[in-house]
Amino acid sequence: MDHFPTNWGRPRNDAYDAYGTYPIAQRPYNGPKDTFEAGVQRTQQPIVTGTSVLALKYKDGIMMAADNLASYGSLARFKDIERLYPVGNNTVIGAGGDMSDFQYIQSLLDSLMIEEFTAQDGHSLGPKEIHEYLSQVMYGRRSKINPLWNSLIVGGFKDGKRFLAYVDLLGTTYSASTLATGYGAYIAQPLLRKAIEGYEDVLTEEQAEKIITECLKVLFYRDARSLNKYQIATITDKGVNVSESRSMETTWSFAEGIRGYGSQTQ
Amino acid sequence: MTSIGTGYDLSASTYSPDGRIFQVEYANKAVENSGTAIGLRVKDGIVLAVEKLVHSKLLVPEANRRIQTVDRHVGLATAGLLADGRQLANRARDESLNYRDSWKQPIPLKYLADRLGLYVQVYTLYSSVRPFGISTIVGGIDENGPTLYVIEPSGVFFGYHGAAVGKGKQLAKTEMEKLKLSELTTRQAVMEAARIIHLVHDDAKEKDFELELSWIGDETNGLHLPVPKDLFEEADKAARAALETFE
Amino acid sequence: MFRNTYDSDNTVFSPQGRLHQVEYALEAVKQGSAAVGLRSKTHSVLLALKRSSGELASYQQKMFRIDDHVGIAIAGLTSDARVLSNFMRQQAMSSKMVFNRPAPVNRLVSAIADKAQVNTQEYGRRPYGVGFLVIGLDQSGPHLYEFSPSGNSYEYYAMSIGARSQSAKTYLEKYYESFADCSLEELIKHGLHALRETLQQDKALNVNNTSIGILGPASVHETGIPPSGSFRILEGESIQPFLDTMVPKDVPPPAAPSGGAADEDVQMQE
Repeated sequence: MDHFPTNWGRPRNDAYDAYGTYPIAQRPYNGPKDTFEAGVQRTQQPIVTGTSVLALKYKDGIMMAADNLASYGSLARFKDIERLYPVGNNTVIGAGGDMSDFQYIQSLLDSLMIEEFTAQDGHSLGPKEIHEYLSQVMYGRRSKINPLWNSLIVGGFKDGKRFLAYVDLLGTTYSASTLATGYGAYIAQPLLRKAIEGYEDVLTEEQAEKIITECLKVLFYRDARSLNKYQIATITDKGVNVSESRSMETTWSFAEGIRGYGSQTQ
Repeated sequence: MTSIGTGYDLSASTYSPDGRIFQVEYANKAVENSGTAIGLRVKDGIVLAVEKLVHSKLLVPEANRRIQTVDRHVGLATAGLLADGRQLANRARDESLNYRDSWKQPIPLKYLADRLGLYVQVYTLYSSVRPFGISTIVGGIDENGPTLYVIEPSGVFFGYHGAAVGKGKQLAKTEMEKLKLSELTTRQAVMEAARIIHLVHDDAKEKDFELELSWIGDETNGLHLPVPKDLFEEADKAARAALETFE
Repeated sequence: MFRNTYDSDNTVFSPQGRLHQVEYALEAVKQGSAAVGLRSKTHSVLLALKRSSGELASYQQKMFRIDDHVGIAIAGLTSDARVLSNFMRQQAMSSKMVFNRPAPVNRLVSAIADKAQVNTQEYGRRPYGVGFLVIGLDQSGPHLYEFSPSGNSYEYYAMSIGARSQSAKTYLEKYYESFADCSLEELIKHGLHALRETLQQDKALNVNNTSIGILGPASVHETGIPPSGSFRILEGESIQPFLDTMVPKDVPPPAAPSGGAADEDVQMQE
C-alpha cells in the first residue's frame, strides 16, 4: 500500500507535493517520462499573432493601447481579439506575438490571482510583483528553449505609484516612460518619446489619449498586420479601465497614385 | 463507553463486532468539542458564521480567521481541529484550481463536495492515518445558484438549506428550522446568522468568543468575502439585543 | 509502558477526540527554555533565555534570522527548529525571487503550520517537537505569531513559550494593553520583565543567557542599523544597556512551584 496520502487520487500535477509530505530521500518521481524526448520539437515560430502594444505614463497613471487584430501569417484572421488584459485591480498586461501563448499566460495569471485572493490576508500582487513573476516565467521558458512567444507590457498603478515595464520571450526586461512592442517599437516609440518624455507629470488623460491614438493611426498606415479597431486601457488610482473596442477614421485617397494600390493601367 | 478497552477502537482500519468504526466516531468527538459553525443558504446567497472560542486575551482580534476562502466563489468553515481544517481547505483549493485548469470554469459546489468527501473518506480506511477531526461546511454560488454542503469525518456529505456543526449544532439547527431560509435575502441572513451564533454560545460554560461572518451574494459580486465592518457591527449589535429579550 | 491505550501514535483519536501524541509534542516545547515576544505599533521584539550544558559549554542558540523582515525564537528541539527555519528561509527567498516581494509573514507561519499538521495525521513520523515565536514586519506593520507542533498558528499582541512560560504570560496579560504605544526601549523592558518571570529562583538575566531580537527602527542603544530596521539579534555586551533598564524585583514573587508543573494542563487547541 502506498501510505502517502498525496498519492491518493491527486487529480493532476502528480509530482506536486504542496505540503511537503515526503521525506526528501523517498520522494518518488512522478514526472513525465517521454521516451521520444530527443525527437520533440519546441516552438520555432509564432502562429496566430498580435502586433504592437503601446503604453505611456501620464499625470494620473498609465495608458495602454492595442488593436483587435490577430493575424494568421499575412491573413487578417481574427478581428475581435482583446490584447489588453486586466490582472487584479491595479494592473493591465498587453501582449504582442503568439496569441495562444498569451492566452496561456492569462490562465497562469488567473490561477495566481485566485491563489492570492483565497489567502484573504490583505496582501495582493501589484504590477511590480506581476512583472517580476512574468519575467521569471518568460526567462524560465526560454532557458528550456521553449519560449512563450510574446512581448508583454505590464502597466499598473498601486500605492500612488505608476509602474510601466516590458518583458519578452527572452526574459529581457526594461522600464521607460513610453513603451511599444513589435512594429510600434520602430514606428511609434520615437513619436511617443517626443510627446511624453519630460511631460509625464503634466499630461492629462485627454492629451495622452490624443497622442496614443495618433500613434495607433500612424501604425495602421504603416503596419500591414494592424487594424483600425482598437482598445485603450487606463490604470489610475480609480482602478483599471479597458475601453470598448472603437474604430478610427482613415483616408486612403492619397494612395491612389501609388503604384500597386490605385487603379494603375500599367 | 463500551468501545473503550475492547481493542476495536485503536485504528480506523478496524471494525467492531457490531460493525462500527470507533476511530471515526472519536473524530466526531473532536468536532463536538469545538466552537459552532453554521451556514445559511438563502434566496440570493450564502452566509457562513462561526463562534470562534478565544483561548487567550493576548490574541489579536480578527487576525486568526476560521472561515477560509477556497475559490472566488467558495467559502469553507470548519469545526474541529483547526489544523485539519487548513489541510482540507488547501486540498479544496487544489481541486478548485485543477478544475479551472481543465475546464476554464469555476468549480461546481456539488463536484467540490464530492471530491472532498472522497478525500476525507480515504482517511477512514487505513491504520496508517487518522480520520479528519473536522466537519466542514462548504458554501458558494455556482450555475445552480447558492449551494451549501457539509462533509463529515466519515466522508459522507449532504446538501443543506441551513447547516450547523460543532458544539452548539442542535440548538442552531432548531433555530434555523424556524426561519424561512429560501425567502431571506443574504443581508437578512447575516443578521440571523449572527443572532444564532450569539444564542448558541454558552456564556456560563465557555471562554470568551469572537463572532466571524462571511458571505457570498449579489452584493459581493459573487465573491466570498468577510462581511463588511458596518454590517458586521449592525448584526453583532442586533444579535446581542435579541439575546437580552430572548432571556 | 504507555500512559494509556490511546497515546501510542498520531493516528489514534482518544474516545474524547483528543490526540495524545500531539499533546505530548506540545510538552516537548515546554522542555525548552522560555522565549517571549511582543509588539508595539512600530516594533516587534523577541527575548529568549539561553541554556548551556555546563561551565565549559557555549549557550544554545535560541533565535534565528529568516529574512530581513522575519525572525524567530524557538523552544523545544533545536534540530527540528533548524529544519523548519530552513524551510521558512526557502519560502522567503522564493517569494523574493519569483515576485520581488518580501514574503507575507502570516503565509510563512501558515506554511510551516501546514507542514506540521501532516505529522499529526500520518503514521511513521512524529510531530515536530518545537514551538516558534515569529516576528515579522510587512505592509500591514509589525506582527507576532506563535507556531506550535499541533499545526496551529495564531497572531498575538504578546506571547511566551517554553519552560515556565505561564508566568511570563501572566505578566504579559497584565500589561499588554499598554504595549501598542511603547517605545522600543520600554517594549524590551517589558519583555525582560516577562522573561525574568520564567527564571528559577536563584537565577538572573545576564549578558550571557539572554538574547534579544528586534524588528523596527534602531534603539538609542544601537548603532549602524539601517532605517528599514531589519531583523537583528543582540547578544553579549550589547544587551547590557537594556538589562540596566530593568526594575529590580523588590518583593519576591508569589512562590511558584519550580518545574514545568506550574503550567496549566496542555491541550491541543481546536
